[in-house]
Amino acid sequence: MEFLDPVLLARIQFAFTIAFHIVFPGLSIGLAAYLAVLEALWLKTNKKIYLTAFKYWLKIFSIIFGMGVVSGVVMSYQIGTNWSVFSDKTGPILGPLMGYEVLSAFFLEAGFLGVMLFGMDKVGKKLHFFATLMVSIGTLMSAFWILSVNSWMQTPTGYAYNEVGQFIAEDWFEVVFNPSFPYRLAHMVTAAFLSSAFLVGGVAAWHLLKERKEKGKNEVARLMFSMAMWMAAIVAPIQLFIGDLHGLNTLEHQPAKVAAMEGNYQTQKGAPLILFGIPNDEEERVDYAIEIPKMASFILTHDMDGELVGLDQFAKEERPNTKWVFYSFRLMVAIGMGMIAIGMFSLFLRWRKKLYDNRFLLKTAVWFAPSGVVATIAGWIVTEVGRQPYTVYGLLRTYDSHSPLDAPAVAASLAIFVVVYILVFGAGIVYTLRLMKVRPGDRGELSEEESKVPSSVTLSNRLPHESSDVKNNEEDKS
Amino acid sequence: MMIDYALIWAGLIAFAVLAYIILDGFDLGIGIMFPFIKKKEDKETAMNTIAPIWDGNETWLVLGGGGLFAVFPLAYAIILPALYMPIILMLLGLIFRGVAFEFHWRARKSQHLWDKGFAIGSLVAALCQGIALGALVQGITVENRAYAGGWWDWLTPFSITTGIALVVGYVLLGSTWLNMKTTGSLQKQSRGIAKIAGVATFGFIGLISLWMIFIEQQYLHRWFDAPNIYYLFVVPVLVFIVGVSLFITLKRKRDVSPFLLSISLFLLSYIGLAISLFPNLVPPSVSIWDAAAPDSSLKFLLVGSAFLLPIILAYTTYAYWVFRGKVKEGEAYH
Repeated sequence: MEFLDPVLLARIQFAFTIAFHIVFPGLSIGLAAYLAVLEALWLKTNKKIYLTAFKYWLKIFSIIFGMGVVSGVVMSYQIGTNWSVFSDKTGPILGPLMGYEVLSAFFLEAGFLGVMLFGMDKVGKKLHFFATLMVSIGTLMSAFWILSVNSWMQTPTGYAYNEVGQFIAEDWFEVVFNPSFPYRLAHMVTAAFLSSAFLVGGVAAWHLLKERKEKGKNEVARLMFSMAMWMAAIVAPIQLFIGDLHGLNTLEHQPAKVAAMEGNYQTQKGAPLILFGIPNDEEERVDYAIEIPKMASFILTHDMDGELVGLDQFAKEERPNTKWVFYSFRLMVAIGMGMIAIGMFSLFLRWRKKLYDNRFLLKTAVWFAPSGVVATIAGWIVTEVGRQPYTVYGLLRTYDSHSPLDAPAVAASLAIFVVVYILVFGAGIVYTLRLMKVRPGDRGELSEEESKVPSSVTLSNRLPHESSDVKNNEEDKS
Repeated sequence: MMIDYALIWAGLIAFAVLAYIILDGFDLGIGIMFPFIKKKEDKETAMNTIAPIWDGNETWLVLGGGGLFAVFPLAYAIILPALYMPIILMLLGLIFRGVAFEFHWRARKSQHLWDKGFAIGSLVAALCQGIALGALVQGITVENRAYAGGWWDWLTPFSITTGIALVVGYVLLGSTWLNMKTTGSLQKQSRGIAKIAGVATFGFIGLISLWMIFIEQQYLHRWFDAPNIYYLFVVPVLVFIVGVSLFITLKRKRDVSPFLLSISLFLLSYIGLAISLFPNLVPPSVSIWDAAAPDSSLKFLLVGSAFLLPIILAYTTYAYWVFRGKVKEGEAYH
């Protein structure tokens, strides 16, 4: 019975497709900005090292961006196929916001992407940089509108109802800049930058480790690693601060979500901070909890004895799924703390002039390469599962949002999506990893040599296969 | 003065959908004819003619869907569940088609699989778009602001026919595009395909036009009642003139004209369709005004669109301009 619930199936389908999707635009935002910075540095200093790094990441970016586009097109239609009542009711508010995303961001990225990828020989350096900049701005504007949409679903303001029960806008400014929007946007864009920084840092660290014995000084990998570690050192602590503000905002507007994040079943003064434990919904307590007394109250109310609302203040059918929110939140915070630690350690080593030689840092950085992506997905689960049982928080229930669909149709499409996504994006990830295995510098230098010959006949045929010829060990020895 | 925002938006959405059909039409068409291109180098050249622009082309589909959600949310909420299967299959097709541009260059042993994915994905996407169009034209059952039909309502002989027709039409666009953008053996082969696709497209336009007036009385009256018949006959006459010109220019081995004439053929068919359907957005019962979002939404988005659409058209044109001219073998960033 539960299995054949079309709403549950539609939720799984949405969660699955968006969990895949969120990874790619997240990395695109960070990598596009990184590419723009590298190209700007190249234009300013005329040093080849920046161009080499640019070309290295451009290829990876192109694959990630492509996967973001195709998975994004799916998202733009899935709202209508599986959530038609939601579409009808919220369309007058959310539709224009998404319309603005397409008009101001999607076209901009797509329009200039071709010039960015293929146009270096055709438009010259400055116009090419302009194209890169436009792609980067496009990804940021996209984040602006999509997070406005998402935030409105979490903290709806500026709306009224019309006679057929649709939400309509009373004040567009309040709709777009709804109460949780600034925090959510800042948190997400920062997460995107950190995800990309740790990806870049991880890849660079892998190459530095691999070449340690050869005593080779791979300047390109060093540049990448250094930039990534600056990012970690400066931005990861800022993210902690933004996340804290976001948490306070959520406490104000969605206390049930915060109660689930904290595993706080009973309303209490001086609530402890539960580091870890197993939420037990039946007994309404966290089993095997390891906790710091009064800390949760202190963090959230800035008062050791501040009162925190618990899940007991909400009827059972008004509560989100505690386990998902509780575990995901801990995973996200743990990764964030790890990022800060890496950033601080890198500062210390930089000061000691040993940034590129510390095996422990390099190894940790390799392990942390996908950490930003994992943290982003975890954070997204916290915020979206925490919004349940509503699609528009407090106003429109998930069970009143879905399409008039039969379970077999949703089940069939879900099954196809799972198979196709794993196949296509699995292959995409393999190809991305393959590009990352290429030694930075090798191919970048080569393609710069070649790019001096306009429209070289051999270029397209040789280079993709060249990657397989590069001598490197199949496995990371570390 | 009352401004009819719903009507303005109907025009803009219609423009977005038309832009999509023409732009993604030719790159999907190239995907469909991909298996028939013999030489490996020609295949890669064909792919390279569209690699820098397909992404922008597909964005018009997102604008069509997103725009429908924004300004005609009721139509969006009815059409998407009604056409559930063809739309899901179209999206899956577009996934394979889209990643093929990158994966083709990155794959080693599996390259031929991604090329097949490119071809089959394009075919499925085109077929499903045509089926969806046919299913819309034949009418969608609506009760209480929601789709009230069955699971397989979209699957009829008529919708299958429109599906095949669109596939053939896209091949015409794709082959005339390649005829314009390439040289040598690929150009020669494209011209040959264009001739066959041209005849077939022409035949399908006639067949579907006739079929439509038997499906729904409204379409019959729209075209044949006086006084409409006196000025609407211009459309079929123009279709005939354009069709003949297409053959003449192909025969004379012109580069650009066949592509422009193919676009004109699509444009005329589209106008014909619009004449038949107006003022319904979801035939037979939901009109543009029934489906429109409140004026506050229409106005809010229109302000930005008036400013952004010209800019989009400008840089889209620029992107095409950068990659103008014939594409030589092996020309790519990879």
